[in-house]
Amino acid sequence: MNHALSKVPKAARAEPLIRLEAVSKSFRLPNGQTLAAVRPTTLAIDTGDVFGLVGRSGAGKSTLLRLINLLERPDAGRVFVAGQELTALSRPALREARQGIGMIFQQFHLLQNATVADNVAFPLRIHGKRSRAQIDARVRECLALVGISDKSYSYPAQLSGGQKQRVAIARALASQPAVLLCDEPTSALDAQTTAELLATLRDINAQLGVTIVIVTHELAVVNALCKHVAVVEDGHIAERFAVADGTALPRTGLGRELLRLRATPEEAREFERLEAAYA
Amino acid sequence: MPENIAAILPELWVAIGQTALMLGIGLGAAVLIGGPLGVWLFLLSPGQSLANRPLFAFVGWLINTVRSFPFIILLVALVPFTRTLVGSSIGPLAAAVPLSFAAIPYFARLVEQNLREVPRGVIEAAHAMGASELQIIARVLLVEARSGLVLALTVLAISFLSYSAVAGVVGGGGIGDLAIRYGYYRFQTDVMVLTVAILIVLVQLIQFGGNAIARTLDKR
Repeated sequence: MNHALSKVPKAARAEPLIRLEAVSKSFRLPNGQTLAAVRPTTLAIDTGDVFGLVGRSGAGKSTLLRLINLLERPDAGRVFVAGQELTALSRPALREARQGIGMIFQQFHLLQNATVADNVAFPLRIHGKRSRAQIDARVRECLALVGISDKSYSYPAQLSGGQKQRVAIARALASQPAVLLCDEPTSALDAQTTAELLATLRDINAQLGVTIVIVTHELAVVNALCKHVAVVEDGHIAERFAVADGTALPRTGLGRELLRLRATPEEAREFERLEAAYA
Repeated sequence: MPENIAAILPELWVAIGQTALMLGIGLGAAVLIGGPLGVWLFLLSPGQSLANRPLFAFVGWLINTVRSFPFIILLVALVPFTRTLVGSSIGPLAAAVPLSFAAIPYFARLVEQNLREVPRGVIEAAHAMGASELQIIARVLLVEARSGLVLALTVLAISFLSYSAVAGVVGGGGIGDLAIRYGYYRFQTDVMVLTVAILIVLVQLIQFGGNAIARTLDKR
């Protein structure tokens, strides 16, 4: 493997799975003003990562996430996923590429009038290359993966919030994507359900190698799940660091709060002492 | 059996057939032409995938304009058009033309309003999975809005059952026409009561059927 890559220039060797190049996005507000949701931002996320985007509400973290699969088309800049420049694709090619990028949402967004099995089959049916038997088999596999095999014939209205999000995850994984984008996936769930769902997401990353990008305002979620985190403030990435990196010195308030979450009781006391000393 | 009723009984069966014909053609046109028109209008609305404010406003204006016509005026105004289309301006087939003409924009508007009830996020999720516009229409919009659409068709059927009575003016026939000609002009109260009773039963049946279908389709 290294042999084939040895001729590639050094900078291109470790091509990240997701690369946002100087992307920006602004919205026209109803009052006529323009809101710069994402200021020119560059971001690279490696294969296999679990990458958190945290920030206060309105910081632009959701918009940043939605730029990755072009649910929002950037005003400027380029988006690459798995070596493909999405911003250069035709509409049919983009639809094809989106099969490789699963997405789940805070409000689940399931089809209410379709059964659980039909919801999970949706992405397989719209890219009709598979036989009915193949689709059924894949649906069963995905439902087993998220632990709701017994709900195949239920409708979403009959499920709890946590179960609905599991269906949404199964649906997002059905077409075997390389990336799973999660937009506040646990914000509508209670603490216990959140913990169970995070465990499932962790397994999906560890066992299937699916790269996860998760937007959340809950630092506990980042702490429990993410390998890397970027703090989004006012439409740009204020900083990024490895969550487990003990030597990281976060500059942002959120970054420091996250570090405090990870701290042992002694470390926390030391923290407080230092902060008091510098205040 | 009252004498008058016995006398018109053969005509009554014909009238019921004429009503069914007019209603069938009108509703058929509404679904086949008004339905797609309503979907298109919805997709043109702000925030949807074909969003186009001027075109949305124009199509909306056109629909409102046709809907503004009192039905009897539309009926008369369309006579030349009806004649070219069916070769005659009288009879149930001819009456079906203005009925369809009125039903199309009516249903288009009802479809557009019902599709608005589909949560944006569900449409967005389908986009994120790589669905095309046509797939979103067939597999998301129509599926999620289906019970509302059935109820919209129910409302339409009942409105047009009563509109079809006006079609008597051009010899369209039908149950309503019978009520006017015998019950009203000839003071045959028993005929009037019978025809109105039939219409009441029909309306109740349509509404009951519509509700029942909508309820089974709705899994929300």
